[in-house]
Amino acid sequence: MNPSKPEAAVEPIVLNSKIVSWYEASARQRVRLMLDAGSFQEFIGPEQREESPHLQVFDLPTQFDDGIIVGRGRMAGAPVFVAAQEGRFMGGAFGEVHGAKLTGLLRAAREVASLAVLILFDTGGVRLQEANAGELAIAEIMRAVMEARAAGVKVIGLIGGRAGCYGGGGLIAGCCSALAVSEQGRISVSGPEVIETNRGVEEFDSRDRALVWRTMGGKHRRLLGGAEAFVDDTVDSFRNIALNLISAVPGFGPDILKAEQARLEQRLQRFGMCADAVDIWKAEGVADTEAVPAMAAADFNDLANKAREPRYDAR
Amino acid sequence: METLSYRHKARERAAGSKSLAIIGVVASGNLEVLVERVLPDTQCQVDINTAAVGFGAVWEAVIADFVARRSPGGLKLSINDGGARPDTVALRLAQAVRLIEEDEE
Amino acid sequence: MTLDDILTSLFPKGHGVANDKGVLLGSAPLQSGGRAVVIGVAGRTPLGVDEAIRLSRHVLDAVEQGGKGPILVLVDSDSQRMSKRAELLGLNEYLAHLAKCLIYADMQGRPTVGLLYGHSAAGAFLATAAPTRALVALPGADPAVMDLPSMSRVTKLSIDVLQEKAKSTPVFAPGLDNMVQTGAVLAVWDEKISLAEQLESLLKDAGKNGDQRDRLGKIRNGRPKAADIAERVHDLALQSL
Repeated sequence: MNPSKPEAAVEPIVLNSKIVSWYEASARQRVRLMLDAGSFQEFIGPEQREESPHLQVFDLPTQFDDGIIVGRGRMAGAPVFVAAQEGRFMGGAFGEVHGAKLTGLLRAAREVASLAVLILFDTGGVRLQEANAGELAIAEIMRAVMEARAAGVKVIGLIGGRAGCYGGGGLIAGCCSALAVSEQGRISVSGPEVIETNRGVEEFDSRDRALVWRTMGGKHRRLLGGAEAFVDDTVDSFRNIALNLISAVPGFGPDILKAEQARLEQRLQRFGMCADAVDIWKAEGVADTEAVPAMAAADFNDLANKAREPRYDAR
Repeated sequence: METLSYRHKARERAAGSKSLAIIGVVASGNLEVLVERVLPDTQCQVDINTAAVGFGAVWEAVIADFVARRSPGGLKLSINDGGARPDTVALRLAQAVRLIEEDEE
Repeated sequence: MTLDDILTSLFPKGHGVANDKGVLLGSAPLQSGGRAVVIGVAGRTPLGVDEAIRLSRHVLDAVEQGGKGPILVLVDSDSQRMSKRAELLGLNEYLAHLAKCLIYADMQGRPTVGLLYGHSAAGAFLATAAPTRALVALPGADPAVMDLPSMSRVTKLSIDVLQEKAKSTPVFAPGLDNMVQTGAVLAVWDEKISLAEQLESLLKDAGKNGDQRDRLGKIRNGRPKAADIAERVHDLALQSL
């Protein structure tokens, strides 16, 4: 295979990446627009046709790239490795090939050590039709993320797509050096419907959008400390925050895990008895909790920075 | 699942110099089209993988119309279909050709 | 084997492993000398934020205290705790943190060994059994990513249909055999032989060759593509520089 083959051309949308919605963009568009023009080189692109071998049994169609794009490009001149999940194919879920592409990228990153890795999450978790392979892929990715971080690699997670970052995806996100999330982004292990099925609609009404977003959405994650940054739903915002986080995040070491243990213990002490997100926000000094969901990013970030300064040394 | 394949003669070669393009997503009601400039100038081929079985005649008509309108000479178009309607298929095929005919960045 | 039987067989010299509402914490002398740190989830307890934070603390304390002995993770858990409170408080971070602590300990030279003796699923599996260097199981262990009734609800295929499809592939259905074949579980131990001896054998062999599960899955015909795809991407990435 020819590794220097140019990337496949992708449909153009609005050329100005400032106003392109991250949520509306496809994975290919996100990668194309985040990186410096013409700099992206895909590894095992769609023309290689490495599709899932497991979907035919279920009479399900495959996608040529199995729903994830991995490769290398430049951001503001600096080389980076990038992986982007397509949330609209099988819910962005991890299958055997899909997961292996990310595993391979991270193992390479560990060896190279000087390039950051951006993971553009857009996933419901494990692909059920390949559940065991998907689960294992996630386990291997978690290991590979930590080995890369131990080699000095910054692994930055960006979350703002249709599928959110659910299930095993949420665990991989928790292994990243830092996370940025938008209004549309959600991070959770169990999905809303599963919680409702397990605990009843009184505890969690999965159709109550406001509740779902208060519990799992980008703003709550930022206020809780589950993500370092909250950004606008634009490609440009994600690009800028990725650049910021790459330089803000320190190298990995045992102090980071100790600090995280303390951070997570403290969170349980402070908020372990809170019934709802608004109780947590109130406890953090947010006066008008009802205004939070509708706040635009700039105003929200002013409020969030007062409630909780982001820290980069405890993930 | 059904696999279909149609070969056509095209009036002329698709414009531009790009060798590869891709458009769309395999989701319900949608499809992806991978275009490769790998055939002789006056030939084109469309390969389809679809879970909706038995619509061969519809595909045939949509593709014949597409070839007549767009003259995708030299192009092999490969489709993974998520159950798209004929008009969506026609749109994606046209988008795919437009994409591969565009100037390099 | 009951948990007590397992602990006795693993640690014939006695053990200091306590079970507090399903959270196992402690340590024990190894038959061959040295000491093992032990954590785990017992009694099919769901793994929530309160359990995970205690387990991770125990791992970090062990690493800080130094020593070279292995860290054992005994697993008979439910899935992750599925509740509003767990997600409100950021369960993904607690589970990831536990996994990170285990992976870190292993990277620092403390071999981590998972022993799956009961159930485990989904997020709990990813936080306890999966982040170990070597995962073994006892016969009768029943890991799952998702149970078939739930899978049936989500995929809208009947359980019968799923079971039929599961005959032709190990890649999705619950069960120990499938986890062995796909490379998740290294080996199934013999419960009629001393577990202490089998552990000693495992620790002798446990190499430092990195994560070999994808290769294992390929050799066992459970995951035909993963190892090759990962290797190809890795090689392409290095060539691209």
